[in-house]
Amino acid sequence: MSLIKGLTISQARKGLLEKKFSAKELVESFVIEIKNSKKLNSYISFNFDSAIEKAKESDEKIAKGNARPLEGIPIAIKDLFCTKGIRTTAASNMLNNFIPPYESTVTQKLLNSGSIFLGKTNLDEFAMGSSNETSFFGPSINPWKPSNEKLDYVPGGSSGGSAVAVSANLCLGAVGTDTGGSIRQPASFCGIVGLKPTYGRCSRWGIVAFASSLDQAGPMTRNVEDAALLLYNMVGYDPKDSTSVNKEVPNFKDSIRRNIKNLKFGIPREYNLDESSPDVKNLWEKGINWIKQGGGEIVDISLPHTKYALPSYYIIAPAEASSNLSRYDGVRYGHRVEGGSLEELYQNTRGDGFGNEVKRRILIGTYVLSAGYYDAYYIKAQKIRSLIYNDFENVFKDVDVIFTPTTPNSAFPINAKIDDPISMYMNDLLTVPANMAGLPAISIPSGKDNKGLPLGFQFIGKPFDESGLLNIASYFEEVCEFEDDKEEWWKQ
Amino acid sequence: MTSKANNNLNWEIIIGLEVHAQVVSNSKLFSGMSTTYGGEPNTQVSYIDAAFPGMLPVINKFCIEQAVRTGLGLKAKINMESVFDRKNYFYADLPAGYQISQFENPIVGKGQVILDMPDGTIREIGITRLHLEQDAGKSIHDSNSANSYVDLNRAGIALMEIVSEPDMRSSEEAGLFLKKLRTILRYLGTCDGNMEQGSMRADVNVSVRRYGEELGTRCEIKNVNSIRFVQQAIEYESKRQIKEIELGNKIVQETRLFDPKNFETRPMRSKEESHDYRYFPDPDLLPLKLSQTWIDQISKSLPELPDDRKQRFCSEYGLSIYDSGLLVDDKETADFFEEVVLKRDPKLVANIVLGDFYGFLNKLGQNINNSRVSSKSLGELIDLISNKIISGRISKEVLEIMFQTGQSPKEIVEEKGLKQISNIDEIEKIVDTILDENIEKVNEFKNGKEKLFGFFVGQVMKKTEGKANPQLVNEILTKKLNKN
Repeated sequence: MSLIKGLTISQARKGLLEKKFSAKELVESFVIEIKNSKKLNSYISFNFDSAIEKAKESDEKIAKGNARPLEGIPIAIKDLFCTKGIRTTAASNMLNNFIPPYESTVTQKLLNSGSIFLGKTNLDEFAMGSSNETSFFGPSINPWKPSNEKLDYVPGGSSGGSAVAVSANLCLGAVGTDTGGSIRQPASFCGIVGLKPTYGRCSRWGIVAFASSLDQAGPMTRNVEDAALLLYNMVGYDPKDSTSVNKEVPNFKDSIRRNIKNLKFGIPREYNLDESSPDVKNLWEKGINWIKQGGGEIVDISLPHTKYALPSYYIIAPAEASSNLSRYDGVRYGHRVEGGSLEELYQNTRGDGFGNEVKRRILIGTYVLSAGYYDAYYIKAQKIRSLIYNDFENVFKDVDVIFTPTTPNSAFPINAKIDDPISMYMNDLLTVPANMAGLPAISIPSGKDNKGLPLGFQFIGKPFDESGLLNIASYFEEVCEFEDDKEEWWKQ
Repeated sequence: MTSKANNNLNWEIIIGLEVHAQVVSNSKLFSGMSTTYGGEPNTQVSYIDAAFPGMLPVINKFCIEQAVRTGLGLKAKINMESVFDRKNYFYADLPAGYQISQFENPIVGKGQVILDMPDGTIREIGITRLHLEQDAGKSIHDSNSANSYVDLNRAGIALMEIVSEPDMRSSEEAGLFLKKLRTILRYLGTCDGNMEQGSMRADVNVSVRRYGEELGTRCEIKNVNSIRFVQQAIEYESKRQIKEIELGNKIVQETRLFDPKNFETRPMRSKEESHDYRYFPDPDLLPLKLSQTWIDQISKSLPELPDDRKQRFCSEYGLSIYDSGLLVDDKETADFFEEVVLKRDPKLVANIVLGDFYGFLNKLGQNINNSRVSSKSLGELIDLISNKIISGRISKEVLEIMFQTGQSPKEIVEEKGLKQISNIDEIEKIVDTILDENIEKVNEFKNGKEKLFGFFVGQVMKKTEGKANPQLVNEILTKKLNKN
């Protein structure tokens, strides 16, 4: 345990290269930790045997001096990425038995860089949720909770399992996907770093699609430097994804200077919500002071269409999802419940295979695309999306980055919101606009609320300015001095 | 005239066609998988075609080029920006649960097809649009088993849907339109036009109205797979609609199927039952943007199209519009004609190609590519006629042997002794014999029964087994019969 507690990717790489420990030892330590932390339910599938084999290969490469950039680094993969030969469920009964015969582009890149997959992490079913409670395999549980609290807390979602695994030392880093906040919100709830790159940076090929025009893969790590390292080994143009962007990839790590001098920070007044908790607002104020201390400039800005972002998101994302999920019909792969006719086969399979939140979104999506409603909902939402993009484009003429809280509040107890979809959707209020505009955004742990639960700062950057975001985040990482003081109450 | 026939004359039939033409391409529209026809079921299927999780479509540039080429061939507007949409519906042979198609922004806009009517007039049929879409797989409902089967080999193959304006007024025009469209596609090499293999299929929209009235309600007859069936379907459907209206009933907008066994159309689904396809732009594909330079390049590479070629045949070879039209209808025939016609008499070549040559091809059920008569050997045959070595009559006999044996015409003429007799002395001798044998008829002729001239010609030909040079026979007979 002492080996891996709080260990970062860059520290681990140093230790491996200096032969302080072997990749096999590292992987085995994580295997033990994961086995001792089953209560957190962060993994859906384990990949231990293969991971140990891979670790031996890594050790050979290290011994020969052929270490690749992430050689022997054990990481966790959100169970939305198709991994060749490893069950990929999207946390749905529908894909409970699905073993992909192919490897997603992002995970292939991570394999090529020498990293080792410990397993597939829990998530909301088909990435639809903000609490990880919609998973067919039960919710993953936040390692953070108020002291003396009996209730378990949600880790956020949809990449909840990845956030938990990073936060509870069950991997060195993880990959998630972010459609409306699914990396940043759980990162914020679990006190870790989460980065959603610019739309088009990471290939979507081989990632189970939720909302194609919004989905984007990204790293979830213990610190900013690790996010840069992981990101660098995930991104790049992929001719197999028509929406991937052919753009030069900077070495993100080199951009980390912990220096914000003369940078202009936009503070959007629309992000000052009535719904936000006082602790969130106070911390935001504190952040503004840190900007001043660091020599940054504060610019009050307006993003006037912000309030329409969430409603439009909940039209566009379900619309795309309703179509993307049509392929799960029981005919070719995945879950199947027989019926007397084709129609019945569909009804039985989809009725049994999908959970309630997925069904709700398929219904919403089907409705907003229907004849007679399409113009009023889908087309209008797309127009709003353009306006939101224009809002950002305008303010980025005057500022380098936008600074906001990641979420309006900290993590909440399991079952607190699951029966109230609207209040659940409110979790995404501050994260959704970046997805709607395709912009990069990062969440870093910035402090705690009065219950001792982590809160996050969000920085939204110009298109393809992940480097700028990482530099800014690195400065705040230093001044925030976020302390990981959680008790390991979940250990068996 | 009966009142019924009279009534039918008062009705106008309005026809529009939607033609699905499979794009000639080695690989599918979005997956790069092979498109070879007739493979074992489910052997030409990629994970993209089978809609596995996380699979994404990538546009096949060659298919786009084929669509642009077709658009240019239809004298149509090429849209510099077009959008791929998802057409959502559930069926077992549609793996993704949606078909990628183009709805509001197709790649090709308005164009036209010109029809040559048998009466020599011309009809212009408007093209509304052409768009690209994926084909679905095939569902096979095995009557011997409770199961249905799905073959996805066809799933994802590129189709062009070519939509006409409702400009046709008879089944004949619809047939001519389809033939002309097929000719253009084959010239362009963008669709093989083989309706029996399903690479061209038509949806037929039919409505009727009394002349001068507003357009009537239309019915759509889906997936008709031969030109003959299209025409039969229109005949049946228009009569049915007229009858309904005359009985005081309203036409219900619906989709119908043509039953080629009973020559009738039957309802498939009504408007109320029709799918709501929930079209929306496919978020996996960016809008398709074309450059003018690229379009210009394609434009330069277009072959001569049938209408232009027909004009050239008229002006360059002095052929009639009708013959030119027949020759260019089929690109291979036109190419064959042009191979034969080099340094030869165009009218003679056209007559032989369209006459005896095509007669034998049809009789033997062969086509230009698989018959034993090459353009070279047909040319030799025509030279024999031009050089008066054989007569036109004999040439037909020679051609038949050429089709049977593949021998060269010279060989056949030598072997069978079919050379034309052009020796004046020889013909004079024969003429003398005939005249001697028919003294009475000679006298009748001299007394004014000039019709008998033909009889004498016939007798000479009979005696020479058709080999006598007809012109010489005429000359010699005239000379001898008019001598006292």
